[in-house]
Amino acid sequence: MNNKIISNILLLIVLVLLQVSLFSHIDFLGYLNPYIYIIFLLYFPFEKELRIAFLFLAFLLGLSIDIFSDSGGVHAAASLSVAYLRPLFMRWAFGATIDYNTFKLGKATFGQRFNFLLLMILTHHFILFTLEIFSFVQLLTILKKTLFSAIFTFVLSLIFIALFSRKRT
Amino acid sequence: MQQIINFLIRNKTFIIFLMLLALSLAFTIQSHSYHRSKFINSANWLSGGVYGTVNNINDYFHLREYNEQLASENRRLRNMIFNRETFPSDSLEIDSSIAGKFIFRNASIIKNSYDKQRNYLLIDKGHNDSIRQDMGVVSSDGLVGIIDNTSAGYATVQSVLNTISEINASVKNTNNFGSLQWDGKSANVVQLVDILSSAPIKPGDTIITGGMSSIFPKGILIGRIKDFRPDVSENYYIIDVELFNDMTTLDKVYVIENTDREEISNLEALTNEQ
Repeated sequence: MNNKIISNILLLIVLVLLQVSLFSHIDFLGYLNPYIYIIFLLYFPFEKELRIAFLFLAFLLGLSIDIFSDSGGVHAAASLSVAYLRPLFMRWAFGATIDYNTFKLGKATFGQRFNFLLLMILTHHFILFTLEIFSFVQLLTILKKTLFSAIFTFVLSLIFIALFSRKRT
Repeated sequence: MQQIINFLIRNKTFIIFLMLLALSLAFTIQSHSYHRSKFINSANWLSGGVYGTVNNINDYFHLREYNEQLASENRRLRNMIFNRETFPSDSLEIDSSIAGKFIFRNASIIKNSYDKQRNYLLIDKGHNDSIRQDMGVVSSDGLVGIIDNTSAGYATVQSVLNTISEINASVKNTNNFGSLQWDGKSANVVQLVDILSSAPIKPGDTIITGGMSSIFPKGILIGRIKDFRPDVSENYYIIDVELFNDMTTLDKVYVIENTDREEISNLEALTNEQ
């Protein structure tokens, strides 16, 4: 159990460094960046006993991104909310009968994984850009940024997941 | 009492979630007002160190660009020096009555940002190098922003591309002052508001800093007028200003200290008290 948390904290540090040094400066078409640190929120162990630790780590993850990118608390709020909502998304994507203690992302079918990723990424990006732009007049900008960045993050996460799972087999 | 404790234990995940969410929202709201993001900012040894290392590597890929920027700045300065005698009233010259009040210090931008609504840059000098809050930051091409938070070795700069920025600016060769803001849409167009609609302006006119605040000296280049339209009240113009600076490729900048700033703000505070 502790071992799992320590290896995940290492993953967290690596993802934060990758995000702030590389992926936050891509600025594709002038404003699009993938937020690949969300991979941590997808992969963190699903056990019920670890949920509170998960919330704290998600908050810490978001806050470290915020410190690096001078954005107040928007990443913290977004990753915390997604972390809290993850069990709900899992029930939607993988069916109501899943057993959190033995569940593995690699075991799910591609379609299920696709839905899960999409739910997580869209929710995260929508909260992120709503808080960052903070104006309902610009709802269209929020939706546009959410959609395009989500596609970017989605494609990159799929690539990362493919790389990770190949290493394990 | 027992029931309350049971309730708390049963819903502990939700309660912890709410507490952390409230904290992050507080940080978010704090960052929406001027000079309030004291805790969450990148002016610290950790993020400064990481960005410094990354920037060290990136710099090598842009050496040619930086050399060209420096060469063109030198050319412009040489032009100014050698044409001084022939055109003593060259309007590019900074007003002589304020000469000597401003100290320029150089710094490098180690984190650039232009894709958000509130953009902050990070420079590699801090209060050990006499960089203080509310000093102006310019590049060789024009205006960049204002120093926000400082740590020992690093400082954050509130970019002109920040929806809470307000910088005093004027149309060159006229006495029309306005305030420079940003609508968050394009990384090279900012808005100049509060210019009277009677002002004689046309697209292509140069916009410079106004010198009505103690942050920037008068006459620092900002950009040229791209387009203008009347605002809701029809008494003022909203002017779209195309920046001279390319905010996406900034690197070497100058931090401007106004040595009279303390005296001015003391005087202002005294006047406000009375």
